[in-house]
Amino acid sequence: MPPPLSWIVPIARFLYEFIVGDDWTVAAAVAIGLILSGVLNVNHIAAWWLIPVIVVLMLGISLRRASRTTR
Amino acid sequence: MTGLWAVLITTFLASAVEAIEMVTIVVGVGATRGWRSTLIGAASGFGVLAVVVVVLGAALSRVPIGPLRLIVGALLLVFGLQWFRKGIMRVAARGLAGIGGQDPHEAAEWTGPGMDWTAWFLAFKGVVLEGLEVAFIVVTFGAGANHLVGAAIGGVGAVIVVGGIGLALHQSVRRIPRSLLQLIVGVLLSTFGTFWAIEGLGIDWPGGDAAIPGLLVLYVATAVTYITLERSRALGLRPAA
Repeated sequence: MPPPLSWIVPIARFLYEFIVGDDWTVAAAVAIGLILSGVLNVNHIAAWWLIPVIVVLMLGISLRRASRTTR
Repeated sequence: MTGLWAVLITTFLASAVEAIEMVTIVVGVGATRGWRSTLIGAASGFGVLAVVVVVLGAALSRVPIGPLRLIVGALLLVFGLQWFRKGIMRVAARGLAGIGGQDPHEAAEWTGPGMDWTAWFLAFKGVVLEGLEVAFIVVTFGAGANHLVGAAIGGVGAVIVVGGIGLALHQSVRRIPRSLLQLIVGVLLSTFGTFWAIEGLGIDWPGGDAAIPGLLVLYVATAVTYITLERSRALGLRPAA
């Protein structure tokens, strides 16, 4: 008989694959960027530019990593 | 406030990307094993998806708009970046080619009486698995834009259009440039995800809603630049003749 709550692990794994996908560093960078944006905003420093910069940089890093692993 | 047309276009294109796979599976199963059980299986799958959209939509409609935009924006951005990245890699590698290949579910034709449960299950599974991403985009995008009904119309419209093409011209659906569609939707989801997540933090965009086209231009330019770089990198790796 499976232990209680054993269904949580496969569902969590499915949600992780579904939303985060195969490169967790992109999602982590977005999360850190949002936290930093919030901190900058609380200190009255313009923060709207941070996430677009992170998106452009992380896409490049992720694509470069993907093309290296497929060589 | 995001306009109704932006919601309709984005959810229509996002749903079209997944509907191509969905229709390819359903038409493949229907053509090889018979249509009755296949169509019942597909309809059952759509029923499950409708319940998912209604339940998730009702849950999200209870969240205040500020925190909702932060959560929905962050989810759409992370999810959209997956499609953005895959779209760049696929368009760089294959250009505007469709999904091509053989039917994914070649099987013997069903001649027995009653329901063909294999056809039912293949069609049901194809619709539910491919449609979950559509349901996620429709609900989150519709909630973020405060246009859940418009988002649902865009999603259902795409399935009807692609399904109609698939039923009328079996092989044509495979030639729709899915990679390019995926890239366009990835760019759109990343644009709105960025805008809403920052707005949800209480940060003002310069120019207000006019920042959305600005973000779109930045991300399109990013896509074009990375596709060019990926292609030149692939050419550089090709051995000399």
